[in-house]
Amino acid sequence: MRKTEFAIVGAGPAGLSAAIEAARAGVKVVLADENQRPGGQLFKQIHKFFGSEAHHAGARGIDIGTMLLQQVSQQKNVEIMLDSVVWGIFRANPGHTLGVIHNSKNIHLKARKVLLATGATENVLAFPGWTLAGVMGAGAIQTLVNVHRVLPGKRVLMVGSGNVGLIVSYQLLQAGAEVVAIVEALPKIGGYAVHASKVARTGVPILTSTTVKEVHGKGKVEKAVLVQIDENWQPLTGTERELEVDVVCLACGLSPLAELAWITGCKFTDVPELGGHVPIHNENMETTVSGIYVAGDLAGIEEASTAIEEGRLVGIAVAEALGYLAAGEAKDKKTEISNRAEQLREGPFGITRKQAKEQLIRRSLSE
Amino acid sequence: MTLLKDGFLDPEELKNLPGVPSKKRLIQGPVVVIECAQEIPCNPCEEACHKKAIQIGDSIINLPILDADKCSGCGLCIASCPGQAIFVVDTTYSDTEAAIQLPYEFLPYPEERQVVDGLNRAGEKVCSAKVLKVLNPKKFDRTAVIMIVVPKQYAMEVRNIDLR
Amino acid sequence: MRVEEHPILGKLQKAPAVEIEVDGQVIQARAGEPIAAALLAAGKHIFRYTRKDHQPRGVFCAIGQCTDCMMIVDGVPNVRTCVTPVKPGMKIQTQHGLGKLRSTSVEKD
Repeated sequence: MRKTEFAIVGAGPAGLSAAIEAARAGVKVVLADENQRPGGQLFKQIHKFFGSEAHHAGARGIDIGTMLLQQVSQQKNVEIMLDSVVWGIFRANPGHTLGVIHNSKNIHLKARKVLLATGATENVLAFPGWTLAGVMGAGAIQTLVNVHRVLPGKRVLMVGSGNVGLIVSYQLLQAGAEVVAIVEALPKIGGYAVHASKVARTGVPILTSTTVKEVHGKGKVEKAVLVQIDENWQPLTGTERELEVDVVCLACGLSPLAELAWITGCKFTDVPELGGHVPIHNENMETTVSGIYVAGDLAGIEEASTAIEEGRLVGIAVAEALGYLAAGEAKDKKTEISNRAEQLREGPFGITRKQAKEQLIRRSLSE
Repeated sequence: MTLLKDGFLDPEELKNLPGVPSKKRLIQGPVVVIECAQEIPCNPCEEACHKKAIQIGDSIINLPILDADKCSGCGLCIASCPGQAIFVVDTTYSDTEAAIQLPYEFLPYPEERQVVDGLNRAGEKVCSAKVLKVLNPKKFDRTAVIMIVVPKQYAMEVRNIDLR
Repeated sequence: MRVEEHPILGKLQKAPAVEIEVDGQVIQARAGEPIAAALLAAGKHIFRYTRKDHQPRGVFCAIGQCTDCMMIVDGVPNVRTCVTPVKPGMKIQTQHGLGKLRSTSVEKD
């Protein structure tokens, strides 16, 4: 049995930020991640982030990742366990015990406070041929190309025009692939216009009110059939178009990876605007189970910038709960962080998330 | 509205933006053209301008407002824009030509004096373009800025190049 | 196909070559990369066939979440090749259906 004060599951932007803030205040932290390297999805984000200087605007995701890793390595109170799968979480009264498989050994890690920052998984779109080799998530091809430097094909169909679909399309062009088309089921483009403009000016067609009807190939993708759809999502016969492609990327949204949170018994609610079932949390990011916190995409699908702010918030909240920060100082820090997070939720793209998060916090008060 | 349907601005949408200079300013000399049309939390361009010609303010979702008199067309803001929505246009380059500075993040980079295709916002070739300079200093953080020369009538159309 | 040059990531750094065997064929991999990356770079896209309908599967999520990319590695089935790094001499086989675990591979605490 190992003991620590603050255990964090997931060393992506939220988990790393929480570790840094908590350790700065003096908290002893163990940060566990199932991957070989920390950083979560940051190291495939090769584009410049938006926001303000305080949000590291203009910096590429990969460089923000490097910065966070440097900051965490400077903290003596943080132990990072990589190749560590957290398979279970049990009440320890007080605190919780995590079951962790590390180097083929099962370890029990007891912690007074736990942060679950397990991120999200890509959604699937089902159509005939959806299981063929070559049909993959947009985030998946982003990982293959930007992290592993491998292009699994040369002619790509991108399904979905949200920010992920648009950004990954652009990055596929940068890696030397051809994006044959981006299709979008809605009648308008989902992501930022600037992301769309970057690919449109290279000649990539963005086809709205269009979806993929079926994909063919012997074992792997060879052809995709597009079809236009009406306002009731019904395919319009006669509008089918066949494209020769070898990869079909699905950029159809993300869903929180909520298994561990579910096991804790904390209450969930369905918030479509935040990606589906999310754990109810208060303004400290604490769930309905005392001592269990959530941050990042698990707490609602947003972006790396908001994950960083939520992680920082948890770091401060946990430091306060463990007595390392006085209430006044904690309040000031939390207000500063919340304000920075709220800035990222302003505007027409952020308003639904902003309202959804506010509703979640209101819900937590009645649980 | 082409922006939300096709992904690029049409001339009508463009001329109403606060970051786009007037026709009068365009014929005076090099000036920035900020093709930023949506309220997104973002302000690196304001920070990047040494002459304080770009204003966004406290609410970072504000569209950037160009003070065209303060702008010298230096182009330092081009690489700062995460959306690659900033260009510099000089319609006074010569009697028949305009110079355009645009952001570029593809390989291979063109060579100086190379002739390339000038593409419009829809990615269609509209003219030939001559490459004047390829700028890629460290402070641009890998967003190269390419200066090209096009026939003057395409100054507000060409926003990308194709090396064929 | 390997992405040798990249406008943001720069030139692909040299890495020690690692030889692995896939269904009896030797392929060159880069030290430290996941098995799936080496296979895709070598033009191999189909990693396994499903149990009931023998449907071909390849990479789907690439981050170890979905199990589409599982193969038999050094005799051990159900190995997620997208998060498992190559090792010299590794023997990888296309998996048909589900595998049989030989023994428990996790020691108790």
